[in-house]
Amino acid sequence: MIRVEDLHRHFGGFHAVDGASLTIETGSITGLIGPNGAGKSTLFNVIAGVLPPTSGRVFMDNEDITGLPPHTLFHKGLLRTFQLAHEFSSMTVRENLMMVPGAQSGETIWKTWLQRGRIWREEAELRRRADEVLDFLTIRHLAHEKAGNLSGGQKKLLELGRTMMVDAKVVFLDEVGAGVNRTLLMTIADAIIRLNRERGYTFCVIEHDMDFIGKLCDPVIVMAEGKVLAQGSAADIMKNEAVIEAYLGTGLKNKDMVGA
Amino acid sequence: MDILNALVAFLNFVFIPAAAYGAQLALGALGVTLIYAILRFSNFAHGDTMAFGTAITILVTWGLQSWGVSLGPLPTALLALPVGIAATAALVLGTDRAVYRFYRAQRAAPIIFVMASVGVMFVMNGLTRLLIGVDEYRFDDGARFIIAVRDFREWSGLAEGLALRSTQALTLVVTVIVCAALFWFLNRTKSGKAMRAYSDNEDLALLSGIDPERVVRLTWIIAAGLATIAGTLYGLDKSFKAFNYFQILLPIFAAAIVGGLGNPVGAIAGGFLVAFSEVAVTYPWVKVAGYLFPGWQPGGLLQLLGTEYKFAVSFVILIVVLLFRPTGLFRGKSV
Ligand SMILES: Nc1ncnc2c1ncn2[C@@H]1O[C@H](COP(=O)(O)OP(=O)(O)OP(=O)(O)O)[C@@H](O)[C@H]1O
Ligand SMILES: [Mg+2]
Repeated sequence: MIRVEDLHRHFGGFHAVDGASLTIETGSITGLIGPNGAGKSTLFNVIAGVLPPTSGRVFMDNEDITGLPPHTLFHKGLLRTFQLAHEFSSMTVRENLMMVPGAQSGETIWKTWLQRGRIWREEAELRRRADEVLDFLTIRHLAHEKAGNLSGGQKKLLELGRTMMVDAKVVFLDEVGAGVNRTLLMTIADAIIRLNRERGYTFCVIEHDMDFIGKLCDPVIVMAEGKVLAQGSAADIMKNEAVIEAYLGTGLKNKDMVGA
Repeated sequence: MDILNALVAFLNFVFIPAAAYGAQLALGALGVTLIYAILRFSNFAHGDTMAFGTAITILVTWGLQSWGVSLGPLPTALLALPVGIAATAALVLGTDRAVYRFYRAQRAAPIIFVMASVGVMFVMNGLTRLLIGVDEYRFDDGARFIIAVRDFREWSGLAEGLALRSTQALTLVVTVIVCAALFWFLNRTKSGKAMRAYSDNEDLALLSGIDPERVVRLTWIIAAGLATIAGTLYGLDKSFKAFNYFQILLPIFAAAIVGGLGNPVGAIAGGFLVAFSEVAVTYPWVKVAGYLFPGWQPGGLLQLLGTEYKFAVSFVILIVVLLFRPTGLFRGKSV
């Protein structure tokens, strides 16, 4: 469970996150929606330790994790993806995946020399897992491509793949579907559901595609201007006046009314 | 036209000295470029790190010599080198803890790190002088020459002599070994890949669970090793004087920047480029020209620049690169 209490993050005089409080229940796939600039990505950055908060606290299973650095959070099982896909551009796709569980034995210099057998086994295991992930994401053929050469959508898949390399507890996906074609988007949705059911991942998903959110998420949290505007099931949210006002727009409201 | 003699003169006065000097610059520039790639600042203290490492190596060499230990034809300093590297690694790790870590926690701008490193440079400089003194020392025992001028003349029957000093050959051999080991490390081991990953994309590396402090420590240790080896080879080849290592900082930075800061291959290429330019521009070509064009009586020495101005060459290269290709020949991170 992730609990955010009265979180603020200011950039100069600008309040990107302005007193947000929310809870992400263990085992849920929580949606996070809101207009551009609502502060969603900034909230992720603060939770994941990329940005320090101006004030407020973040708890993971009742442990205060406010301001812990990203690699520490990683080892506690908290992972995230970037809205703008990041990659190690000079490494191959498979090497990118194999970097993921940081703090492998091979990263300690003396172990590189003294425990060759163990490191070799670790590497073999990682390679096997990386190939499984690549198969899962249907990009096995890209294994030896330099990650810098991938298309935007392919980089998004790599971002998702990275979270599948370890047994995460909570995964924050920042628009993992943006720029990915429709069929692939549904594949991603299925992948998220499977990871949630089979491996017990808790997800928090930022997405602008309401079909995707509707298919996947319960509950959905709506942010606007740095604050939490509403929270509830996807169906409730789509009927919520304030949300329609701030985000969904009246087009959907009318359609909804026609439907009703 | 006497091509053979011209070639021998060229090898003797230009190629061999420049190759050895280039190798020393390359090792120095590798250290600078690695620090830049990982810690993202230009470490002005690198020259004095080299001086410190060399000073320790010399002190240990003297100790070994006084016990009568020697390596036969090889300089005793090679035996002392590991101690020098260990002491230097301890010093730079201590410096990182005391100085740079604070600024990392503050997420300070690169220029602040650079200024801090200037401070560290002065401290290290003073430390080295306290340890060993300000004088010039020679510590290259063992065989002096692999090829001596007289032997070469007798063997070849040419008028022009060729000398290959053992320190020059040693420099080249050690550089090849060190570079091979470094590239193997960076490309084949997990620690090396973690360093590359961190250099490539810091945010992603952190979110992949790579411990930044570990990467930073590793980088300092490698940089200390490179600095001590480079400094010791330079000292063996020329002589040791603390002040010279402050001066050599300029060609080292020129080399690292020409190659592209943060790019190890670039640092090596840059080292040789700077060294060959410097030697070629300050060498009086009149002798080589005399063999090639016996009839020609040039008015002067055919020397483009007096040796006392050799550092100007680094300056010019630096400025030209920064003006026309700021990311360097091998596309490092732009400066
Ligand atoms: N590093 C920064 N410095 C200054 N302002 C920032 C910074 N990061 C974000 N902001 C501002 O904070 C606000 C919220 O940005 P954020 O990226 O969190 O929005 P978002 O909800 O993720 O929007 P989108 O749906 O477009 O991704 C924006 O107005 C943005 O300009
Ligand atoms: Mg965003």
